[in-house]
Amino acid sequence: MSDSAGARGVRRGRLPPGVLRWAVVLVFSVLLAFPFLWMGITSFKQTTDLYNIKNNPFLFNLPPTLEHLKLLFNETLFLRWLLNTAGAGALVVLITLVLAVPAAYALARLTGRWGQRLGIGIFLTYLIPPTLLFIPMSRVVALLGLQDSLWSIIVVYPTFTLPFSIWLLMAFFKSIPRELEDAAMVDGLTRFGAFLRLVVPISLSGILTVVIFSFTLVTQEFVYALTFISSAKNQTVSVGVPIYLVRGDVYYWGSLMAACLISSLPVAVLYNVFLDRFIAGFTVGAVK
Amino acid sequence: MAIVETKDLTKVFKQGQLGAVNDVNLLTREGEFMVFLGPSGSGKTTLLRMIAGLEEPTRGDVLIGGRVVTRLPPRERRIAMVFQSYALYPHLSVYKNIAFPLRAQKVPKAERGPKVEWAAGLLGIGELLDRKPRELSGGERQRVALARAIVREPSVFLLDEPLSNLDAKLRASAREELTQFHKRIGTTTIYVTHDQVEAMAMGDRIVVLNKGLVRQVGTPREVYDEPADTFVATFLGSPPMNLIDHGDVLVGFRPEHLLPTALIEGPAVAITARVTGVEYLGNERVLYARIQDGRFGDQRLIGRLPSVYRVEVDEGEVVALGVPERNLRFFTKDGGRRTEPRGLAWQ
Amino acid sequence: MAVTRQDRWLGPAMFAPALLYIAGLVGVPLVLAFLYSVGDVTVGSVGYHFVGLANFRSVLQNPAFRGALWHSFVFTIAAQLIVIVGANVLALALRNPFRGRGLVRFLTLLPWVAPISLGAIGWKWILDSIYSVVNWALVSLHLVKPFDTPMWLGEPSLAMISVILVHAWRMLPFSTVILLAGLTAIPRDIPEAAAVDGAGFWRTHFEITLPMMRPIISVALLFGIVFTFTDMTVVYILTRGGPYDSTHVVPSYAFFAGILGGSLAEGAAASIFLVPILVLVAWAMLRVAHRSEVV
Repeated sequence: MSDSAGARGVRRGRLPPGVLRWAVVLVFSVLLAFPFLWMGITSFKQTTDLYNIKNNPFLFNLPPTLEHLKLLFNETLFLRWLLNTAGAGALVVLITLVLAVPAAYALARLTGRWGQRLGIGIFLTYLIPPTLLFIPMSRVVALLGLQDSLWSIIVVYPTFTLPFSIWLLMAFFKSIPRELEDAAMVDGLTRFGAFLRLVVPISLSGILTVVIFSFTLVTQEFVYALTFISSAKNQTVSVGVPIYLVRGDVYYWGSLMAACLISSLPVAVLYNVFLDRFIAGFTVGAVK
Repeated sequence: MAIVETKDLTKVFKQGQLGAVNDVNLLTREGEFMVFLGPSGSGKTTLLRMIAGLEEPTRGDVLIGGRVVTRLPPRERRIAMVFQSYALYPHLSVYKNIAFPLRAQKVPKAERGPKVEWAAGLLGIGELLDRKPRELSGGERQRVALARAIVREPSVFLLDEPLSNLDAKLRASAREELTQFHKRIGTTTIYVTHDQVEAMAMGDRIVVLNKGLVRQVGTPREVYDEPADTFVATFLGSPPMNLIDHGDVLVGFRPEHLLPTALIEGPAVAITARVTGVEYLGNERVLYARIQDGRFGDQRLIGRLPSVYRVEVDEGEVVALGVPERNLRFFTKDGGRRTEPRGLAWQ
Repeated sequence: MAVTRQDRWLGPAMFAPALLYIAGLVGVPLVLAFLYSVGDVTVGSVGYHFVGLANFRSVLQNPAFRGALWHSFVFTIAAQLIVIVGANVLALALRNPFRGRGLVRFLTLLPWVAPISLGAIGWKWILDSIYSVVNWALVSLHLVKPFDTPMWLGEPSLAMISVILVHAWRMLPFSTVILLAGLTAIPRDIPEAAAVDGAGFWRTHFEITLPMMRPIISVALLFGIVFTFTDMTVVYILTRGGPYDSTHVVPSYAFFAGILGGSLAEGAAASIFLVPILVLVAWAMLRVAHRSEVV
């Protein structure tokens, strides 16, 4: 349809808005994405090239190398951390789904005014940060005997994936017309049956979005993992990489940057795919 | 007050396809209320938007008051526009909504107040000045939109289906208000609608559009009584004009001219038909029938019989109907253009 | 819509597990946080004694903590200012489709999607005292002398700026996405009406577009404030709170005192200082939500 330069009408004789926009886009893209480009370059530069301040850091003054990657995968616990994170993430997502999907449905459909209030209450718990709770939480974890174990974060992480997921799913369920379930109940299903056999299958894309975002939240978390888990082999990627890829005071920058890039990119790709749905859920919930 | 003219105005959205608007040449009269009428997709809104400057033409020119404005932004064209949704600024009060165009055109502060009050007074919304748009009814919002449009004393008014968001009951009174408003103000107005009743009731002249082409320009009487082609003939009037295939030509006549022969005076064409349905609507009866026998049998007919005529017509009955000769219209079979009358040989 | 008899207990039953989970694992620690802050708990201790406001007093007497409190505000406000302006500009640029917009979106989202700690460690390398690529570029452009390069993470005021910039870098994509949603929610004919009314780009943007986006800008701002104010990761990774405690913020201070230092009471008391801000933000969010429901 029309180019919504409608606000600016038909322009002639001025700098076409396209040029200004390209300039803005270029500047921001560089500023925001440069660190990742830098991670990439650093990962493949030979150490002698990397630590030679006379060399132009943007060029490969010596041919690129895989030594940092080899070190990363063979001599560090990186692979172990990746598996830890993936495994913990999967379990956290599972717990989240099992608890959030019915709760969101109940809030969207079955509760009246106090359901609305509860919904807002849930949303507000998302504002309670780990940095407020982590000290008493470490005691709770110790009490449950989960210290230095991945189970500590598997149990604790749903505290922040749940509010977010319930909120997102609530908005999603609300957008499904009630008549669908009414029709199913007229056809003989109970409400719970209608929920299980009708609403859940329809909401698959919303549920998938919640899966992706919960998983993202898990991979990004730092404070709890740092507090609860003390031995390197039980750590997640988010804590392991910046803390344990050093020997004494010396950072293994080549391997470090490789690890960062490997850990960030897949999540980024997945996130992008589901972004539009996220926006819809977010703004529907926030600006009701 | 100015004359709006378009020259070969064209808008093509997709290369190689027929444009949304094609080679439109129009000339309004001063102070005229001109209606762009057509179904959705006919290009009437795109045409309006090009006159407003919200859409850039692919080809052609727009002139307002004799001045070529084709490349100028909307604010330099001295026009005002009322959108279908009214587009009132939701965060501003009614007063500030009306004052906004004055601020934008840097009218000195001292002059703004009196102008806003004048516009508000003209539309009878003086007590609403402190309210916000969301607190107003549909009719009140229309009046605010009009006040905002008139406050700058533009030379042309453009209205894009402003009544379609109102419910049916409100529409008639809002229509009357708009007509009164135009009489009072006298500014050249272009009004876009798909509703042919609105067009007939309000327009000084109607521009009938279909698929980006102008089919006819004329007064309501002209487009109704002397349609230029079958599209205009069937678009105006409800139920639509009957079109009968006569082999070499299409014969058209309006349902209200199809009457039992007993009620017709003067030269007429006789049609025997079998009634397939009768709808009693109170003030009239709508007859559905099919032509009996003859070379053109079984084509459908619709007639409108005012209830004042107490003639008995029943379903299944075969009746003798007719159409006065002066009410017959002839159209070519290919293209549907209006053509000269010829003798009819049926039945 | 019919609410059957089954519904009356089904609703609470479906909702209860999640509620219990959150109440247990958020509510209990929250209560404990308050209890610890007014008690004498350490990592090794067994009992509990109420000590009133003693912890708060001792924490406030510590200049390192007062500094951390100050830094929390400064960093958050400065970072959010940069973010709001930057996100506005970027959202405007991304509003209309153009070729490559998908790729641009991907690139500009990276800081937000990548785990905070990994982004931070990336910046630590970029700002390294010896091998910083930024410094290399500055030297090549002859803007600084080769042996006088800025110590981005080693000099207090530069370190503070670095922390602020990394926070802004991380939050910018998030706010941009939210603002973009707000921008596209404005009906097309509003800016067109403004154009017909005679408003140019700037007037339309400041008098019409921005005011209409106010609820969503508020939401972006409030979330940004919470995420920046309560974050300890950036500080921990970049500077560990140094140099000379110049970049400590309340949460990082709480971590050092409570977990590394072992004094849970002091750590809890310090982290309680986050609560007033959170309450304020929660109240503001509710107001925004309430207001925009009416619109």
